Formats: sequence, C-alpha cells, structure tokens
Amino acid sequence: MAHGGSVLALLLMLWAPTIARAQEAELPVSEVAPGIFVHTGVTALMTRENEGAIANVGFVIGDSAVAVIDTGGSVREGRQLLAAVRSHSDKPIRYVINTHAHPDHSFGNAAFVGDGTSFVGHKALPRALAARGQFYLDGFRRTMGDVLIGEVRIIPPTVLVEDTLKLDLGRRSLTLKAWPPAHSDNDLTVFDERSGTLFAGDMVFLEHIPVVDGSLKGWLRALGDLTAIPAERVVPGHGPVSAWPAALADERRYLETLATDIRALVKSGKPIMAAAEHAAAAERPRWQLFDDYNARNATAAFSEIEWE
Amino acid sequence: MTGHRARLLCIASLVAIALGAPAALAAETYDPWPGLVQDIFSNRPMNDGNDVIGIEMPARAEDAAIVPVTLRTKLQPGDSRRVVAITLVIDENPAPMAAKFTLGPDANVTEISTRVRVNNYTNVHAVAELSDGKLYVSKVYVKASGGCSAPAGKNVEEAKNHLGQMRYRQFTKSEQGPATSTREAQIMIGHPNNSGLQMDQVTQLYIPAFFVNELHIWQDDSPVLAMEGGISISEDPNIRFTYVSNGAKHFRAEAKDTDGHVFEHEWKVENPGT
Ligand SMILES: [Zn+2]
Repeated sequence: MAHGGSVLALLLMLWAPTIARAQEAELPVSEVAPGIFVHTGVTALMTRENEGAIANVGFVIGDSAVAVIDTGGSVREGRQLLAAVRSHSDKPIRYVINTHAHPDHSFGNAAFVGDGTSFVGHKALPRALAARGQFYLDGFRRTMGDVLIGEVRIIPPTVLVEDTLKLDLGRRSLTLKAWPPAHSDNDLTVFDERSGTLFAGDMVFLEHIPVVDGSLKGWLRALGDLTAIPAERVVPGHGPVSAWPAALADERRYLETLATDIRALVKSGKPIMAAAEHAAAAERPRWQLFDDYNARNATAAFSEIEWE
Repeated sequence: MTGHRARLLCIASLVAIALGAPAALAAETYDPWPGLVQDIFSNRPMNDGNDVIGIEMPARAEDAAIVPVTLRTKLQPGDSRRVVAITLVIDENPAPMAAKFTLGPDANVTEISTRVRVNNYTNVHAVAELSDGKLYVSKVYVKASGGCSAPAGKNVEEAKNHLGQMRYRQFTKSEQGPATSTREAQIMIGHPNNSGLQMDQVTQLYIPAFFVNELHIWQDDSPVLAMEGGISISEDPNIRFTYVSNGAKHFRAEAKDTDGHVFEHEWKVENPGT
C-alpha cells in the first residue's frame, strides 16, 4: 500500500509540470474586432507581482491558422496567453511575431516553441537579442526573481522582415513592416487589413510615457508613414486600444517637445546631465511613469541631437 | 602597460563568471575593490581623496548605455602638488577600468566629464595620482537602470555611419570673468565603442570588442589631456573638460581604436586670447 502510494506520488510529481501548464489560467483578452484578441497590460514596470505582464499582447485568428503578436514579459504570461488562444481557437499557431527585442514583449516566447510555429521579427532583431539578451536576463532576475526568469529563453526569429512581409492565415493576410530605428532599432508593426487593426508595438504609446531606445529623430520621421497606414484602430504597445490615427497625437507632442527642449539645451552649451533634469518637464502631468523614463529619454536624445 | 594587462585580466574573469556562476550572485557576496586595487594599481596604498578628487554621477543610471560622470580636482590654488592622472573604475562592470586620464603638465585641467556604461549596482571609484606620487581615492554608488535600457547600442547602423567623425566645441564658461584664460571644450568621437562582451545567443560566441583605446588632445604642441579608454566608455566617446589656454591658435586630437584605426583632427581655437 505504502509502496503503491509512493509510486503514485512519483507519477504525480512527474506529471505536475504538465498539469500546471495545461491548467495555466487564461490571460484576460478582449475581442477588439472579429478574430482580433488583445490583452491590455498594466501600466507599470515589470515586477515579480505583475509577472512582467505590462505590454499589450494579442493574437489574430484566420481561417487556417493563428498568429500571436508579442508573448509578454515572462514564460508564465506566455503560457497564459497560449491558454487564451486555445480557448478561442484550435487552429495551429503558425506564427509568433515579436514587435521588437524588449523583454516585456518577448520573454514569453518559450511558451510557444513547437513544431510548425515560426518566430518572426525585424531583420535587426537577432542582433539586438544577441547584444542584450544576457543583460536582460541578469537584470530582470534581480527584480522579478529566479522562478519567473529561470525559464525564460532568448528565442531569435527564424523569419526575418527586411522591409515588408505578408503572412497568410487563411483568408486573412497580415502586413508586417520593418521600421528604421525609432522606438528601438528593430521595430515591427503588424496590420490586419480585414479588420483595419494595426498592432503598432512600441511605435505607439498611450498613457504610458513613450520610451526612446532607438532614435528620437528616426521616430519623429516615422510618424508620417505611420499615420498613413489606413487603420481604424491601433493596438499600441502600451495603453488602451484606440481610434487611428488620433491615438498618435499625445506621443507626437511628447517627442516633439523633447526634441525641441534638447536642441535648446545643446545649443546653449548645457551638459548632458542638465537634459535629464529639464527636458520635456512640461509633459510630466500628462504621462504615467514619467519619472521612470523621461530622464533616460532625455539622456539618450541628447547624445543623438548633439551630433546635428 | 599595466592598465592594459589589468583590463585583460578583468575580461578573462568576466568570461569565467558568465560561463559559470550567475554574475548577480557573485556581485552580492563579494567586494571587487581590493582585487581591483591589486590588478590596476599594483596594491599601492590608497589615501582618502575627499579634498583631492570629486566624482559626480546620478544616483541611478537612467540609461545603462549613457551615464554621465564628472571628475573634479579639489586641490587649493596654493597647493604645490598637481594632479598627474585620474583613473575611473566601475567596480562591477565586465571591464572595471573605464578610463585613465593623464593631465597635461601645463594645461591645468580641473574638470573632466564623460559618459560610461553601467551594467550593475556598483561603486564607482576615481583615483587621482598626484605629483607627490601618492594615490587618492573618492567613490560614489550608482544603481543600475531598470527596464529595457541596456549598455549595448541603440542604433547600431547609425553608430557605424559615425565612425571616425570628430567634433570639437568650445564653451564660454559663464562663471569666469573675461580676464581669465580658463576655457571649457569638448571632443566627440564617432565610434560604436563596442564592448564585445555580449554572447551571441545563436552562435554562443562573443562578439569581438572594437573600441577607442587611446585619445590625445593638444593645444598647439602642448598636451592638454590624454585618455586610455576601455569598453566601459559609452558609444561615441565624449570628453568635456576645462583647461587654461596657453594662447595656442590650434587644438588637435588624435584617437586610436583596437582595430588600429587612427582618427585625427585639428581645429582653430576661437578667440585664443593671451
Ligand atoms: Zn519597447
């Protein structure tokens, strides 16, 4: 009896991870257009408590396949997203698209590794992951802990987007566009023509202060082409799903203010340290997480604009 | 020479850490400074640098790739000693010796600002060597940045386009009257200053390092400032400094990188004075 019990316990132990995976809670998603599902991340920094679930992630269901767009800030969030996909569709997940290298968008990749699933990204994404992956793992281990970060794998894309690429999901075609350096140097947007939905990744921020980790000038230049995308609604990287292109107004104002202020500081010979303190100060009341990112944006922008 | 050797040793130990125990764990349980004093300064005695050398950095590295640092000499005007060199050490970085600045004997450099990468929560030490042959140390503590910031480049293609460009700028120092010959200037060098320590996740190989390791600045033929640089200096190395004009009409800079490129430029000094 005792013997049988321990065998059972052993079997349960062996099964436990599988059971946990199968029963992972579903990430709450809403269907923002027919076949388009979005989970809206909390506006916060990635922590142990929020399991890194701060970015918007989603999926698109075609007649023959599903595409997942960003996988979240932990493998746990990735598995919850997978559970949400499975509760809405049993079609194969043919594509996992990463809008860029940042951990809140790609740390969930490992949950989707499997036969028949291709990872898709900007042509510069592999290089960014190579240069930053280990640093991100070390840094977020400190703030999110071993349990969440220990299972994260840096998974580079196998399908690269050089300029634009169409992916067919069965009577539903997604248009992927690789951008020159803007929010980062590996930004990708995903447009679903059928529903008029643009997954903008971190090319678009609402409520959450925009984060400059590529090129401020490049980002401002990209806004024109971005506006021209004939979408009805945007799923931004952070913030609520919103009407397009009106959703761009706040971000444009912030980036323009930042550039104007930095140009004035550079012109008057102020040191880079002054940028962190003064640039875009007028924008403080208009954004969440302003004090977490504005000084950093200003520092990065200063080092770019001083070369003009 | 010793500086080069120390840096190489540090790179070797980083590789060992990266391949073995998690770096974060090592950082929490062990103060690298005594070992760094041995490697970089041959265990020479360290004196309190409170009245000799100041170091200013933001308490948090907002952008891990671009953390401003200012070094300020504090010797009183009547002091017979002078600052010969200042070494900047970022204890927890993969290559801790960020830079060694050698100050021109007649240039009276009192302030040097640059930008560095900060990988971790770390002490940053400034060690001044005075003409009496003694070392004086000051330090600050800097918290690593959070979020998606990283010490690696933001715009890798643009960094390549900048390669070898040099800019010089002269500032008017507002607190100085027109009678003084103290000036403030800045040299910018376009260079990716690639740290080379990130492992390529696909090939499992380390990307080779490629950085500016030497910079010399002169006014006419008189040395103002020299820097022996490491991979902790930010992309597009930027050095801003004060000096006393000797009336020179030209400013000249020469930089060398680890691939053997030599970048040289000469500028006319605006308003040379005296
Ligand atoms: Zn991002």
